[in-house]
Amino acid sequence: MSVVTIERKVLAKNDEIARQNRARFEQHGIFVFNIVSSPGSGKTSILERTLEHLNGKLRVAVIEGDVQTDFDAQRVARYNVPTVQIVTLGGCHLEANLVQDALQNLDLTEIQLLIIENVGNLVCPANYDLGEAMKVVVLSTTEGDDKPLKYPAMFRNASVLIINKIDLLPYVNCDLATLRRNALQINPSLRVFETSCTTKAGIDAWCDWLMQKVTS
Amino acid sequence: MKANGQVLSLAVTMHEMSIAQSILDVVQQYTKEDDHARDVKVPRVKSVRLRIGEMAGVVPESLRFCFEVASEGTRAQGAELFIDEVPIKCQCASCDAEFSVERFMFICPTCGTSDVKLISGNELDVVELDLLEENDPAREPSCQ
Repeated sequence: MSVVTIERKVLAKNDEIARQNRARFEQHGIFVFNIVSSPGSGKTSILERTLEHLNGKLRVAVIEGDVQTDFDAQRVARYNVPTVQIVTLGGCHLEANLVQDALQNLDLTEIQLLIIENVGNLVCPANYDLGEAMKVVVLSTTEGDDKPLKYPAMFRNASVLIINKIDLLPYVNCDLATLRRNALQINPSLRVFETSCTTKAGIDAWCDWLMQKVTS
Repeated sequence: MKANGQVLSLAVTMHEMSIAQSILDVVQQYTKEDDHARDVKVPRVKSVRLRIGEMAGVVPESLRFCFEVASEGTRAQGAELFIDEVPIKCQCASCDAEFSVERFMFICPTCGTSDVKLISGNELDVVELDLLEENDPAREPSCQ
């Protein structure tokens, strides 16, 4: 009988592929963000509004992650951007090797901004580095102002919080000040935007900030 | 896969399933080859010790269940998982104080700033393996 001390990171393989992805993005000067949220918070809608806004200003590509169907890729493809759909067939998050595979279908020399839409889930996408420069977490007002406290890892690991569906505030039990306080308590450096994809409120502010991030 | 209640519960445990598979990948690097130098054959895994931080988002009970399923038919089948849970600790960038984070309050209790660095709580590590070699008498006490 022997006890072997091994001290290995469980996700070492994923982290290594993420490192390779990140090196490729840097080599081609591509800014990459990984957009995460619960299902139905409006990730794809924000993506659509963002693509509308950036049309003609930036060369954008999209990797879509979903458990089933390519509905989201079809929605995004209408904006005439290169889009790759990853269907995880039950897997609840994207992993770095899936992104690496998806990159084979994109011409990296033609991209300035790559948006990776993760599977709708606030738990495990927090643990899996894909090689992105930042995580953007979307939280809609219909989900309540206590969400950040329930899923702290995601809010701690994100750089940006987009509070979506602010047009519904009069009808839902969500206090914006409380939501902000809860999120900033976990991650004081979070950059917060408030948006509505229906009224388009706040979309300009988010896109202008993003433009600057990508081109600086 | 059909959309019914079963799929839902599968999705809930899927995260731990992928973690369990990754743990198994690590473990199997140590159970692949016969150790000729010590004249022992491929060892079986008796137990695996893990270190899991509070921020890692892993539910120990789900992980145990998933590991049991994932390890079936491997050298780690039936291995016990020992899980050392690690609480969240931070160090303040202003006053250097180290403190435990309660209820995800990332604020220094000494000076009140929020410029704090996580020093533990993100762990997801395989720490050690307890291996049982094929010719180890401890493995199967001769039962004729």
